[in-house]
Amino acid sequence: MSANLAAFLYLMSGVLFIMALRGLSSPATSRAGNRYGMIGMLIAVGTTLGVLLGDDKLDGTSFIILAIAIAGGGGVGAYIARKIAMTDMPQLVAAFHSLVGLAAVLVAASALHAPENFGILTLSEQSFDAVMNGLMSGEMPVAISSISLIELSLGAAIGAITFTGSVIAFAKLNGNMSGAPILLPQRHLLNIVLGLAIVGLIIFLMMSEGNAKWAFWLLTGLALILGVTLIIPIGGADMPVVVSMLNSYSGWAAAALGFTLGNIALIITGALVGSSGAILSYIMCKGMNRSFISVILGGFGADEAGPAGGSNQDRPVKIGSAEDAAFIMKNASKVIIVPGYGMAVAQAQHILKEMADRLKEEGVEVSYAIHPVAGRMPGHMNVLLAEAQVPYDEVFELEDINSEFSTADVAFVIGANDVTNPAAKTDTTSPIYGMPILDVENARTVLFVKRSLGSGYAGIGNELFYQDSTMMLLSDAKKMVENIVKSF
Amino acid sequence: MMRLRIILLCLMAMMASALPALAAGQAGGPSGISTTMFLFAIFALSCFVGYYVVWSVTPALHTPLMAVTNAISSVIIVGALIAAATSGEGNFSSKLMGAVAVALAAVNIFGGFLVTQRMLAMYKKKDS
Repeated sequence: MSANLAAFLYLMSGVLFIMALRGLSSPATSRAGNRYGMIGMLIAVGTTLGVLLGDDKLDGTSFIILAIAIAGGGGVGAYIARKIAMTDMPQLVAAFHSLVGLAAVLVAASALHAPENFGILTLSEQSFDAVMNGLMSGEMPVAISSISLIELSLGAAIGAITFTGSVIAFAKLNGNMSGAPILLPQRHLLNIVLGLAIVGLIIFLMMSEGNAKWAFWLLTGLALILGVTLIIPIGGADMPVVVSMLNSYSGWAAAALGFTLGNIALIITGALVGSSGAILSYIMCKGMNRSFISVILGGFGADEAGPAGGSNQDRPVKIGSAEDAAFIMKNASKVIIVPGYGMAVAQAQHILKEMADRLKEEGVEVSYAIHPVAGRMPGHMNVLLAEAQVPYDEVFELEDINSEFSTADVAFVIGANDVTNPAAKTDTTSPIYGMPILDVENARTVLFVKRSLGSGYAGIGNELFYQDSTMMLLSDAKKMVENIVKSF
Repeated sequence: MMRLRIILLCLMAMMASALPALAAGQAGGPSGISTTMFLFAIFALSCFVGYYVVWSVTPALHTPLMAVTNAISSVIIVGALIAAATSGEGNFSSKLMGAVAVALAAVNIFGGFLVTQRMLAMYKKKDS
């Protein structure tokens, strides 16, 4: 296969990947988009195998190894994709990111140790004598070009950060590790020192023309540590930003290696994924009215556990039962459901859908309002509602539905808290001040399903609990909705 | 226009990756442009394509977006395949690393695309 034909095919697969993302602009076109993505991947893999075959590099053993690796890995992937519960999607995505990161590190290492296979050798510029000796012996001294060294060590460093960062994110999301921020002393200084050391080692590796392999491994090791120290101070509810950010990193790592390999498909994909993750991080930060930097520096939700507690304890709260809630909703004409992370934890989406169906039978208009940062990853709530077969045209984003609350009879808040807190609009001292919130307080009645009167993750009490029009339904989300359905 | 920050971010990433390319000034093809510079042009334009395409993704599909970007970033398997096909004396470790990378990327490719497919199949319109 000629180099140009291969490049053309890689370009094709890059274009197909763009179309895969383009398809996601609407659920109707998204399935076709996903197929484009698969075809793109098939072309990329096929082209690489074709090139390797053409160059006679694919002997029998290699072929068997590849077949086993692809079949084994693919089988595991397919099995996981089939079995995973939709509520576990954030963990799964984090786990998948870690694999991309690790693969990037391994490819970079392999390129460093066997550069001749990657076509990244150039004439060594080490010294005049070496070149002269080379001319005499007929064997020119070769070395990995300095650009390739930078690209592959950057790819390895970003890949390593992605790997350990995603492992930590996975552990936090999966509950193997507390979601609370872990604050190391001097963590900012530590991160800066690690970052500078990595840059220094990359320069050193370049100066040594790739001979100082220990520098590569050391910088990879430091990047692995940096991945941990960057993510552990970030609290559970900031995870949507972290997961998006790691998504972005995995893209940049792929792009860096794309340069090393001179592969167009990798570069296009890396740029796509990199900007996708960056945009998602931006949307998530905006949904919390926090700067990207403040999220990355971490520690949010660690020290603010106190302020709300005491003073609010004795205030009157209206606590209702499932029967009350059923009665109120049955007699309403318009109900807006506001789901949050609590719904995901309680796996209440299916029974919630049943409740909505029963209400619709009674002639009640039901819709859903989704806050951009509800849940643990971008779009988390939408997937869960889709899983429960809620039609997507009943599910609305914050900007599209916020004005509707004033005409709604009931706002049914299930497992959400901070995203409904009016303090974000009025209290300039509140940590969430300025965050866009769902204006549930404008609804005639607010039904608030929650386990206790405790504060949300930001540690702020919610004025909404004490409002006259609010009725608290204190129970596990799933159990409460089950009881409501029974009481209809 | 806060969104411009994203473009800025992309530009910064580009500049960072461009510096070594510009500094090195490799021997070029007929047009005198080095391969790296050529690849960099593709990269820069792809960042902008990515920017506009991703902003047009509906927020309801942000989770499938993450899953599918994850699947396509596993196109790094092309590098892993080359590494796994390594031959020659003393290159065993490179070959092994390549094979492991192929397996990891394969998990992602199959897992990523299939889980996206599974999610997308769930999005239904009213009465359909």
